[in-house]
Amino acid sequence: MRHAFWLVVTFDAELAEIALRSLRVTLTALVIACLIALPLAAMLAVRRFRWRRATIALLNALMGLPPVVVGLIVYIFLSRSGPFGALGLLFTPTAMIVAQVIIIVPLIASIAHQSLRELWAEYHDLLISMNVTQVQKMRTLIWDARRALLTAALAGFGRGIGEVGAIMIVGGNIDNATRVLTTAIALETGKGEFALALALGFVLIALALGVNLAIHWIGQTERDSRW
Amino acid sequence: MVTELFPVTLTGAETSRRGKRLVGPVDLTLDGQGLCVVLGPNGSGKTTLLRLMHGTARLTGGTVQWACDTETARHHQAFVFQQPVVLRRTVEENLTYPLRLRGADRRTARTAARTWAERVGLGAHLTRRAMVLSGGEQQKLAIARALITDPALVFLDEPTASLDGRAMREIEAILLQAKADGTRLILSTHDMGQARRIADRVIFILGGKVHETGPAQGFFDAPQTPEARAFLNGDIVE
Repeated sequence: MRHAFWLVVTFDAELAEIALRSLRVTLTALVIACLIALPLAAMLAVRRFRWRRATIALLNALMGLPPVVVGLIVYIFLSRSGPFGALGLLFTPTAMIVAQVIIIVPLIASIAHQSLRELWAEYHDLLISMNVTQVQKMRTLIWDARRALLTAALAGFGRGIGEVGAIMIVGGNIDNATRVLTTAIALETGKGEFALALALGFVLIALALGVNLAIHWIGQTERDSRW
Repeated sequence: MVTELFPVTLTGAETSRRGKRLVGPVDLTLDGQGLCVVLGPNGSGKTTLLRLMHGTARLTGGTVQWACDTETARHHQAFVFQQPVVLRRTVEENLTYPLRLRGADRRTARTAARTWAERVGLGAHLTRRAMVLSGGEQQKLAIARALITDPALVFLDEPTASLDGRAMREIEAILLQAKADGTRLILSTHDMGQARRIADRVIFILGGKVHETGPAQGFFDAPQTPEARAFLNGDIVE
């Protein structure tokens, strides 16, 4: 345990590199996932179309998507014999981002949809009477529910940063290339290097808490009776 | 001020839901002057009639014909609800919202917002969250937000129904000023006192059907139908 703390406080170079890679992969995946999930959630809240209820049910079901299966499917698609093999993305951080996006989009979209649906019930009559376009409705809902949507994004971040199965498969856990905190922890534990594994674990927890606190601070949640 | 919305003519207009007729058939012509009060007991169809005219209730029969095309008519209308709907934003942002939707630049919208906030007595609350205002203040905000785009017509669905006397008086003053500025107002209420105070014209509705319509003075002095007479006498009419 003491060795683990020592590794953290001495800011071990390898540990820092792995931590930064973890952060880069997950934050990139989070931004992409939010760009997909939030408009999707807003559209599901304001538009009525034939497969709407089925889409919502599917999104809810996909929240429990096993990451290992996602990893396997992304692997098949990105492998040399797969449809996107020519892109050469397998065992790169990009492949890990793709896998994380697939895993967290349903989670963010489902949580966001709950918040936006409630807000839409509140705003429905007003926005209809104002003859607001569908895009304006969606923008209004996303902006006014932004603090609730932060929670959805944070849930996505939590799922992404702690994910190991899918990124192990599509990233390969290659040193100096695709090794991130979770895959490194798995590796070091397997090797019996518990001090390093524990140090990586501390960093992972610190990153998760730090990003959560930073987003809360940026979003000014719970300040001045804001929503 | 755009007034070429009028006259508006309802011909056999009706709306139904799940086979049950809620309002209609209504045959009615309204000109573009003064403040029209839709009067009737609870559940008589006042709100639905307003929504039908505004275009937010589905017309299942008949027509609502404005002097201009329907899209233009909608563009020059606003609607104020019985329970004020305020955006989860500041008072100023609530007021700038409809202007920004219509393409106004930020500075113009903010100037108009300040003017209107002062006009309705919310000048000191511009930076406050709208949700923390009192019910009366929220309704004043909703009315100011409706009037800020300079609409030709504003529908108001029982805007003072759940407010105390002071808030009611302040809102009536705002509405009478808007009328004086040339905005046509169609307001629903079951409050006879309010109708007597502010109405220029009355539409009396009962059971989803318009029973009587005409100048307010004539309606209150000499109602033509037994239902209107009973309502004015304070009898329970259904």
